[in-house]
This record gives sequence, C-alpha cells and structure tokens, in this order.
Amino acid sequence: MRKVAIIGVGSTEIRSTTPDVSYKEMMFEAATKAYEEAGIDPRKDVDSFITSAEDYWEGYSIFDEFVPDQLGAVLKPVFTVSADGLFGIINAYMQIRTGLIDIAVVEAHSKASDMLTFEGIVAFALDPIYNRPLGGHPFYIAGLEMMRYLCETDTTLEECAMVVVKNKKNALDNPYAAFGAKITVEDVLNSEPMFHPLKRLEISPLADGAIVMVLAAEEVAKRLTDTPIWVKGVGWCSDTPQLESRDWGRAIYAEISAKMAYKMAKITQPQKEIDLVEIDDKFSYKELQHMEALGLCERGEAGILLREGATQRDGDLPVNPSGGSLGCGNLLEADGLKKAMELVLQLRGEAGKRQVPDAKTGVAQVWRGIPTATGAVVILSREY
Amino acid sequence: MLIKKRVAVVGAGMTLFRRRMLETGREMCWEAAKMALDSAGLTLKDIDCVVLGTAPDAFDGQHMKGEYLLDGAGAWRKPYVRVYVGGGTGVFVPIAGWWHVASGLFDTCLVIGEEKMSPCHPHPQYAFSTIWDPILTRPLEPNLIWIFALEMHRYMHKYGIKKEDIALVAVKNKRNALDHPCAQIPAKITVEDVLNSEVLVWPVQRLDISPVSDGAAAVVLCSEDVAKKVTDSPVWIDGVGWCLDSTYWTNRELAYPKYVEYAARMAYKMAGIHNPPKEIDVAEVYDPFDYKELHHMEGLQLARKGEAPKLTKEGVTQRDGDLPINPSGGLLGVGNPIGAAGMMKVCEIFWQLRGEAGKRQVPDARTGLAQAWGDLMQVGTVIIMRS
Repeated sequence: MRKVAIIGVGSTEIRSTTPDVSYKEMMFEAATKAYEEAGIDPRKDVDSFITSAEDYWEGYSIFDEFVPDQLGAVLKPVFTVSADGLFGIINAYMQIRTGLIDIAVVEAHSKASDMLTFEGIVAFALDPIYNRPLGGHPFYIAGLEMMRYLCETDTTLEECAMVVVKNKKNALDNPYAAFGAKITVEDVLNSEPMFHPLKRLEISPLADGAIVMVLAAEEVAKRLTDTPIWVKGVGWCSDTPQLESRDWGRAIYAEISAKMAYKMAKITQPQKEIDLVEIDDKFSYKELQHMEALGLCERGEAGILLREGATQRDGDLPVNPSGGSLGCGNLLEADGLKKAMELVLQLRGEAGKRQVPDAKTGVAQVWRGIPTATGAVVILSREY
Repeated sequence: MLIKKRVAVVGAGMTLFRRRMLETGREMCWEAAKMALDSAGLTLKDIDCVVLGTAPDAFDGQHMKGEYLLDGAGAWRKPYVRVYVGGGTGVFVPIAGWWHVASGLFDTCLVIGEEKMSPCHPHPQYAFSTIWDPILTRPLEPNLIWIFALEMHRYMHKYGIKKEDIALVAVKNKRNALDHPCAQIPAKITVEDVLNSEVLVWPVQRLDISPVSDGAAAVVLCSEDVAKKVTDSPVWIDGVGWCLDSTYWTNRELAYPKYVEYAARMAYKMAGIHNPPKEIDVAEVYDPFDYKELHHMEGLQLARKGEAPKLTKEGVTQRDGDLPINPSGGLLGVGNPIGAAGMMKVCEIFWQLRGEAGKRQVPDARTGLAQAWGDLMQVGTVIIMRS
C-alpha cells in the first residue's frame, strides 16, 4: 500500500478571542500558509479537501456549505467529518492509500469566542432523556471521571496540578499558544473549585484558531519536499455514549485506538520507540490517564513519571512540549490537528525554543471531550 | 490513478420510511444495520469499522448526533466516524465506507444512513432556518422551498420546459413506489393531480415535493477476499465521485448542476465509463423535487441539457424503458429522511443488480448508479456499482 506524508502545515495564531476576523478569514490564512509551504496550488493540485466541524459549535445547520471558497476548493471533492481534525488526517490517509487521491487537504478550526452559551451547547450532546434533564454544567462529568481515575490509580491532586504547571510553562515558548504562564502547584490547587475535584486552572480554556494540513502520496511528497513527515499508523475508536455503562477510570477509546495505530506502525514497545507525544489534556488528569492508555507507562505510573520530570521537554518522554490544550487553549475540533501540527514541527526540527532533541517518532492523540468517549491516535515519523 | 483493491456490497437493509416513527434514531439505525448484516450472513463481530451519515443535528436537537447514534449503529468500541455533506450525505456514506476498505485498513465496514426529522417542531423546515449565511441571507427568513422554486423556475425558463412535463416525474415515481414495501407516499396520480395540488412557492406545488420522513438504511461493504467467502453474488463499487460548489449559490447558473457533472465525471473515470446513457442500465437519481430528477439526469450526462423531460415523456425512464430512473419510487414515492434517502437509493441499486428487487425489478441490470445532492444547491455525490 502507498505511503502517505504530511508535506505542509499552516496555522493562525491561537488566541482567546479574535474579534477582528471571521472563521472564513482564519481558514484562509491557515490554508494559504499550508499551500505555500507545500508548494501547491489548491485549484490545480489538490484532489480532496476534508474539513472537521460540528454544526452546533458553528451555529449553523449543514456547516459544510460554508467551507469551499476560502480553501480554494470550489467545484472540488470536499466533505466534512463530524469529528476532530485527527479524524480528518485519518480519512485523508485512507483516501490516499486507495490510489484515488494523490494530494489531500485537512482543515479544522475553532471560533469558540463566538459562542455565548458553551455549556448549553455541550448539554445538547447529552442523552436527551436520561442525562440532559439533570441540568448543571456538563463538565461535572469530568469531575466524576477524575475522581474515579484518582481513586483507581492512587494519582494525587498535586500530580494533576503539576500537569498544568508543566504545560503552561511549555506554552510560554510557543508563539501559537494563548495561555502560557509561569505558575506553581499551589496556584493550581488554590484556584477556584469548579467541578470537584477539578479546579479552574485544570480546565483547558477555549481558544480560537484555524489549522490546515496538506497530505500527499509518497511519490508526490518526495517531489515536493525534502522533509516529509510520514503517517506511520492511525487508530480511532468510540466507547459507549451511555454515561451509565462506561468505564469511568480508564480511557478505553484511547487504549483501543493506540493498539490499532501501534500495530500498523509496527511499534511493540511504545515507551522505547516513541520520542515525544502530544496527547489530549483538555483536563489536567486526562494527560495522565491518556499516557497510561497509550501504554507509555503502567497504570498509576503517569503521575510518578511526571514527578520525576520524565515528561518535561528535556525528559525521557516529553509530553505536550507545545503546552497542550492547557497551555495553548482548547480548540474543540481543531485540538487534535494542533497536536499533529506540533509533531510535524518537532519532527522537522522547526519547533524553535520548544525543540525536543533528536525527535524521530511521535504520537498525537485526541479525545472529543465531554460527554463523548471517542478518540483518535496518529503516529508520525520523519523516517519511514 | 491506480486503485488496487476492489470493494463489494454484500448486504443491504432499510426500515420503513414514515412521517413519524416511534423508534428512536438509535433503534432505526440498528434495525437497518441488523437487516443488512442478516442479508450478508454476517454478525456485528465480523464488522471491522462503522461509517454513519445523518444530516443536520438541528432535526433532533442533538449536538454531536454521530456520538449519540453510535451504539445503535453497532459502533461500540470500533473505529467509527460520521461523515457529512448535507443532503448529499446518503450517497456519500458508502463512498466513505469504500475508502475504509479500499485503503486496505479494514476487511468489512458497516455503512448506515439515518434521519429522524419528526422531532423538529413545528415543522422540520424550521431546522433549515439556520443553513443560511447569517449576515447576507438569514435575515430574509428564507426556507428551502424558496430557493428550489428559484432553481426550478430558472430550469423551466432556460430550456422552455412546461410544468406538465415535470409533473410526469412525480406521477412515475409515486407509481413505482407502489411496489416498494417501505414506501411512505406511493400513489396512483395523474399529471392533473400534480398541477391542481396546493401551490407552495410557485412553481413548486404540494405534489412536486418529497415528504418529511424518518428512517434508516444500511449496507455492508467488504474486501474482495471476504466477499468471495460470504456471497456468490457480490455487487462491486466501481466508481465514486463527489464535488462541492461555492457557498455563494446566488452567483451560480441554476439551470445546470455543474457540481453533479464533476462528481459524475470523477466516478465515470474511475469506473471506465465513456458513454453513460449506454453503459448505465439503471439509475437512482436524487429526486426530492420532481424537477430535480430531470436536472440531475442532465448533470449526470444521462440526458443532454434540457432534454431530460423529453426522455421522460417518451417513457425511456420508466421501469421497462431503455434507461430506468428511480425504479424504487425515489424520494417522491418512498420518502426523504435526508441522510437515509441516498442510502435507500444505494440499497435499491444493490437489490436491482442482484435481481432481488421483486416487483420493481428492472430486466438485465448490470451497471447501476446512485446519486444524491444537497447543501445550498451545491453538492453532488455519485456511486457506480456493477454486478
């Protein structure tokens, strides 16, 4: 089967609010940068465009109506995947592998600052009969899940707070990031209690931004760039949408997707073979839970690795060197694409002050957020 | 372009299409999926991945509708994704299913189209109030029938087509639907009935339009190796095409759906079809309005521009004609649960090519086409299947 590489990425800055531009202008900026980097003309060279969006985030019905013009995709094959941008990458990867498509473009964005009632929108994702009538901010589900995770793994509140400290510090070196800060564990633990035991600073703040990526088949990629970043493995999975019957302590969706992706990439010892990871940290504890689900450590050991400094940028297994969602901001359906973009920059050696030395293979992982149990994993490498 | 892996359809199933189903969306998904699995002689254990299509979340008032439906779709702990191209979704879902298998990642894929329009009150048309540009169009408070009336008018004007010729499509499809066990509004009507029905937005009248529906439809796809094991009569997906035009529909020539032409050309190229009217034996063309069947036949290169009404008048598009169009009864007769409507067409082509279409059977069908359309008169999706 054909090999597939990422040959161009483009992004707007990620900011807490962007009143001066529309989502269309943001998409245009990111797309223009990505096309320029890949050296392609969207109207002539691209065979397929994929956008990642959900109607309710956008405030439209049938949002895919509004994507082609600003991507240079008019009268071209375009479709929307109602999921995170990593699912966009995965579908582009499959399209290219079939042989039908040579160059595919993936787009995702967040214009969260346009939303007046974020929690109301999230509540509409709950089961309308069993869960929605309970009311309250749906993030209480994250609080309950965190409690269960801490209880099952003996992870401590301090360790969760350390995730926030690390990621916000990493974000200070990331020009794309919106929420970099130098804070202490005490700052996190003393911040406003939100959804017990979650504190204000443990919840990734929403942000605006658009990201575009260009993927190509091997022969095209080699012609267009000297630094193709290869897609070595992909995996995705959905656990049950029923809150009542899911496993609250483990991220099963991440375990199964990682297994699928590792198998495809022929990775048998993730701890040894992976140089850095960008994983979902929409809430502090999620980074630790996801590290364990990805087999990067034993269950209950993620907090220990963190305390030992292994997941720092200069540690043995850098986790979220970009600053993650806690440091960059939560980009909703663009969150995973942002993580993949960080990997591309790191693997090319273009991550500036954030550069992890000698990074060859990385994993990007995302979770679709409350109340879902859906996630995806993509393994990227600078060598095939 | 070199496509190495062939993908087969080995099973299909669908629920009744009705104005108000008592079943939830999840239950409808499972009913259709179970039927498709049973007809393929497979169980959920044999399924490697699931692809689902459903149109606006606003119908159900359910954010992330794909997540909500996933256990009904049999996707628990499987790779699962929801794809979306508005009204074109129904034919797009099996296209996405096709690349799941053709990429070599999976051997089997369950493909489901679902729609439950009835929860939207007072009328599902209300959900369409938010499909417009919020600055330029939404303040005008348009509904979908308006813009299709504009398109229909333009089509009639440009080629000098009479309403009675267009009404023939409604007469044909509703009659065809009399033979479809799942059909919602089959009927024996005349051209006069159509012309005398209530005017909604001129020139669109009540009987020119497909109904509001709930329903689901599903197919099972698999790789060549698996297909050979599970069936003696696989139906192959030999061509796929999809295309999205500009958001700015007001700047488009509405008389001709260029995006359908581009999608069709993509699919014909892949299937190696050079003379569509000769090489296509049966077609399920998207017909939410009667004029759309004609419009789309032209976009699909099955008729010359402005000539589809002539073919219809001559009986060419009847079930026993040279080029049967919508032998199922189409959306006008069977119903239009948006995300499931296109899938119903794909199921129909599957049954026609297998010779399992019962009273609806078209003789000697070897190559079939299904097409859907949607968004702001903007997207075309085309699939070509061979027995």
